[in-house]
Amino acid sequence: MQRFIEIAAGGELNPLVPHTSELIAGTIAFTLLFLVLRSKVVPMFEKAYAARTEAIESGIERAEKAQAEAASALVQYTDQLSKAQEESQAIREEARIQGAAIIEELRAKAQEDAARILANAHASIEAEREQAITSLRNEVGALAVDLASKIVGEALDDQARQSRIVDRFLDDLEKSK
Amino acid sequence: MRSVTNLRSAGEGFVPPGAKDFVLPPIFDSIPWLTKPILLVALSVILVSVFFILSSRKAAMVPSKLQFAGEGVYGFIRNGMAKDVIGPEFMRFVPFLFTLFTFVLVNNWFAIVPMLQFPTFSRVGFAYALALITYVVYHSVGVKKQGLFGYIKGIAFMPGVPKPIYLLLTPIEIATFFIVRPFTLGLRLFANMFAGHLLLLVFFLGGEHLLQGVIGLKIVSPFAFIAGIGLTFFEFMVQCLQAYIFTLLSALYIAGSLADEH
Repeated sequence: MQRFIEIAAGGELNPLVPHTSELIAGTIAFTLLFLVLRSKVVPMFEKAYAARTEAIESGIERAEKAQAEAASALVQYTDQLSKAQEESQAIREEARIQGAAIIEELRAKAQEDAARILANAHASIEAEREQAITSLRNEVGALAVDLASKIVGEALDDQARQSRIVDRFLDDLEKSK
Repeated sequence: MRSVTNLRSAGEGFVPPGAKDFVLPPIFDSIPWLTKPILLVALSVILVSVFFILSSRKAAMVPSKLQFAGEGVYGFIRNGMAKDVIGPEFMRFVPFLFTLFTFVLVNNWFAIVPMLQFPTFSRVGFAYALALITYVVYHSVGVKKQGLFGYIKGIAFMPGVPKPIYLLLTPIEIATFFIVRPFTLGLRLFANMFAGHLLLLVFFLGGEHLLQGVIGLKIVSPFAFIAGIGLTFFEFMVQCLQAYIFTLLSALYIAGSLADEH
């Protein structure tokens, strides 16, 4: 073939004229390589691509899920925290109120006690004074009557009259005082 | 072997490298078709297959370095090219474009791999073979999608154009789709690899030849080698770029066939 071309081209080589053997060899070589790459290489690379894509996508999905969970947990914790704060605030407030109430109560009770004791004291003093006055009056009356009867010599048997005299006497006594 | 011929030619003056340097003799005289480029193509199939089978075998979620490298190339074609250019139906064409890119890239790299040092696609037959495959693929995709008549009509009579323009446009469009595209696709790759290899040959063989000259030429010789090394890096860029362009154009043609309107 080559010789033929050389002759045809007048002894000059023509690099633009193909060799049949090279046309065939080139086609066969390309076809072989194509078959090998298509059957063995491309599917494997595609598999790797698909697996990677899926891994990335599922990874993203997982991350999103985790993020959502974290966000909801955060909301929950914040909620609980604020609730706890509110609660503690309320408890403190209540304690304060209770404390104030207790103090108030104690104070009232103390005052009441004091007042009661005072009143009792007053009452007993008053009673004793009454008693003292009454007994004094009786005794003074008796003494005065005795004395007067002794002086006047006249028995003041009549009880009513006797006591009237004593009273008048005492009144006079008080007035002159 | 080449240096032997050059030593011999030293006395006769420098013979610049040319098209003859791309015609390599059969490795065994009894098997005339088994030449170095054909072995290189076979090697590229083995290398690419082994590399990607090893790197994709585990298909682990967390990739190893090897898998990362393989996936990098795969992802570059799949997402960076097929998905962007072809659109929603891209997955059907990923194996094709992926094969195209890796096959062309590795064969181009052979041009600067020590010991191999021959770009397979500087043999036009291989470039035509790939262009032909792309040609068949994008036409069959178009026919399948829009029906034979609809597809050809879509190419020949682009909608939304004033009728008289068809006189001019129809031949151009038909020529573009059926003749120009496969040739430019194949020739672009071929010519870049051919020219690149020739350029490197000129600098390295030239440098070698200078080294055998008089003292003054010997002093100049290192510059030729340095320029050759610099060009090797430049060639590496061209090789990657051509692999990319070939694949990208294939993707664009397929996308054009899939689209309802051109």
